[in-house]
Amino acid sequence: MSETPRQPHAGEIPEAAVAPHRPWPQALIWAIPLVAVLVAVSLAVQAFLERGPTITISFLVAEGVQAGKTRIKYKNVDIGEVKTVELSDDRSRVIVTAQLTRRAESFLVDDTRFWIVRPRIAGGNVYAVGTLISGSYIGVDIGKSSERRRDFIGLETPILVPSDLPGKRFVLEADDIGSLDLGSPVYYRGLQVGQILSFDLAESGKSVIVNIFVNAPYDRYVNSNTRFWNVSGIDASLTPGGVQVNVQSLAALIQGGLAFQTPPEAAVLAPAVENAAFRLFPDRAAAMNLPDAQVEQAIAVFKESARGLAPGAPVDLLGVVIGEVVAVGIDFDGAGKSVSVPVELKLYPNRLRSRFKTADTAAAPTSKQVLLQMFKYGLRAQLRTANLLTGQLYIALDFFPNAPEAAFDPNASPLRLPTAPGSLQGLQATIMSIAAKLDKIPMEALAADLRKTLQSTNTLIERLGSEVTPATVAMLGDAQRALAALEQSLGTDAPLQQNAQEAMQEITRAARALRELTEYLERHPEALLRGKKADKQ
Amino acid sequence: MSAADTAASLGLRACSMCGLLARPLPAQPSYCPRCGARLHCRKPDSGARTWALLIAAYVLYVPANVLPIMETNSLFNAQHDTIMSGIVYLWDSGSWFIALLVFFASIITPLLKLIVLTLLQLSVQRRWPWPARQRLRWYRLVVFFGRWSMLDIYVVAALVALMQIRAIAVIHAGPAAAAFGAVVVLTMWATLCFDPRRLWDSADDE
Repeated sequence: MSETPRQPHAGEIPEAAVAPHRPWPQALIWAIPLVAVLVAVSLAVQAFLERGPTITISFLVAEGVQAGKTRIKYKNVDIGEVKTVELSDDRSRVIVTAQLTRRAESFLVDDTRFWIVRPRIAGGNVYAVGTLISGSYIGVDIGKSSERRRDFIGLETPILVPSDLPGKRFVLEADDIGSLDLGSPVYYRGLQVGQILSFDLAESGKSVIVNIFVNAPYDRYVNSNTRFWNVSGIDASLTPGGVQVNVQSLAALIQGGLAFQTPPEAAVLAPAVENAAFRLFPDRAAAMNLPDAQVEQAIAVFKESARGLAPGAPVDLLGVVIGEVVAVGIDFDGAGKSVSVPVELKLYPNRLRSRFKTADTAAAPTSKQVLLQMFKYGLRAQLRTANLLTGQLYIALDFFPNAPEAAFDPNASPLRLPTAPGSLQGLQATIMSIAAKLDKIPMEALAADLRKTLQSTNTLIERLGSEVTPATVAMLGDAQRALAALEQSLGTDAPLQQNAQEAMQEITRAARALRELTEYLERHPEALLRGKKADKQ
Repeated sequence: MSAADTAASLGLRACSMCGLLARPLPAQPSYCPRCGARLHCRKPDSGARTWALLIAAYVLYVPANVLPIMETNSLFNAQHDTIMSGIVYLWDSGSWFIALLVFFASIITPLLKLIVLTLLQLSVQRRWPWPARQRLRWYRLVVFFGRWSMLDIYVVAALVALMQIRAIAVIHAGPAAAAFGAVVVLTMWATLCFDPRRLWDSADDE
């Protein structure tokens, strides 16, 4: 800084040059901030426009949901992102706050449903395998309501059928759910045409409500006469007819399922409406039984063991099932000091009629009257063995002309059917009497006598051993000697043998002579009279 | 403070490119006879240009930090990262040094440049009593650090080029990358437009 500035010589400094082109307008520099503002504003406007509504969804468990990561997807299209996951004030639920895109605005109606999509195995199928890698996401099913909403209660179980899938939902009522599960198939003549959406216990707690979905072209085969039944797994039942095994398909065996069909006899009605209620029968046979219009309650009181008689056992008249057992009870008659088995029955008098019989005339007695008359003429209920192997019983109605008169009130309700002792019971009685006779034999005295006899026999044998054996030994020695002598006398060189041989030769010669004589006599029978002629030689 | 002779006081012009002194032509734009650059006593319209570029940089600084700079789409998820979320991620994952480096290069430096240039510009216009030596030191700092701000853009550019495994993972540069690049370029231009000679002009005037 000590250098003193030197006065430059004017001649050393060159003149500035002149350039031909005009300079830029100075104000043009303000175009740069203008463009920047435009860009920033457009970005801001774009961000604002894309920024859709913020919603809250409450779940019981937010497993797999992460703030800033979990997406919200409709038909697998990204429509938003989870911003925060917090506990509700009472800590009972999880509140998920999500930022949706602008286009999702119209989705947010009253009946829109949200659920967390996680990998899941149900009904033999594996769902949402992709979420194993990508993590869970929140699925959406868009509702049809027009009422707007921003706070939703999330579903804990996923929706299997989106609400816009064509088809119909039906409600089935079953005694129990069996092996059915969410997503179990619904079959129509073996084709899979739907699935189980959900099931829940009925409010009374006495049945199960199953919600099913039947896909569009097939839902028209469901009408109010249609029967639904369970085809889950192997339906093995021990009936009085033996063991019965039914399997719908291998898939149904594994994952369970339902089937429906309209009985061929039933009238074909208009297709059922959405959410129509049906009964779910445990098996096809039960489902296809036409309901019996007329049901008569009855009680048959038996005085014998009803072991092997189960509810559902048939009541049969000459081999035709006209009723079934409802319940088997037991009763004690204090006065008579006897135990009896009252069996509750359901009788279907209509089954007495042939399906093909023409319509009853007014004068003809009704089926019930016919049945009542038959009881008057000696029809009795009897327990019979249906299957000797399993001991299953059924109730047979049969005529017992020799049966003692039984009190029968045709107007009682329930009817008290007169009964006859069972065939097995009669057999049992005979066996019992035989047993009683056997009982009367003085077994103990017999046994004592037998024992005494055995004892004396024993002493006899002992004596034989001590006294008889030495004598026997001596006798055997004698016998041996006798045999040796015999052998000597019978040997080949024995005189007896030689004598016998000679004697035999003599006899042979004698026989030959005799033969010659007889031959000669045959030829010359006259020789007997005239004597032998001399030889002519 | 003694007023030294300057080119301006002697009616001469120094070429801002090659440093050649020249005698300006009266009443018409003059150009350097050696390199052909425009000759000014002071950079023309320096204040307005600096302000324009600074304002543009301020405006774009907001989207650069708010919008995602990098969009990662992988098999597992889609992720949008802003500059700040990237720094937070680096800090959380234990890379404190890199987190600090990125923080200084991408957040502090552009902001520092903007603020320092604004203050210098204001000090020139409002003739603040701020020692010229200090102001020049700040100015040199801004010039030196200008290019370092591009670190983030380099990282994003490298990642975008490297991670293009279509099926598994794809990285795209987000809208903030362009805004951030623009901020860096605009501040560099603003630094160029700012004529440090005016710093001592205002000091000399006092």
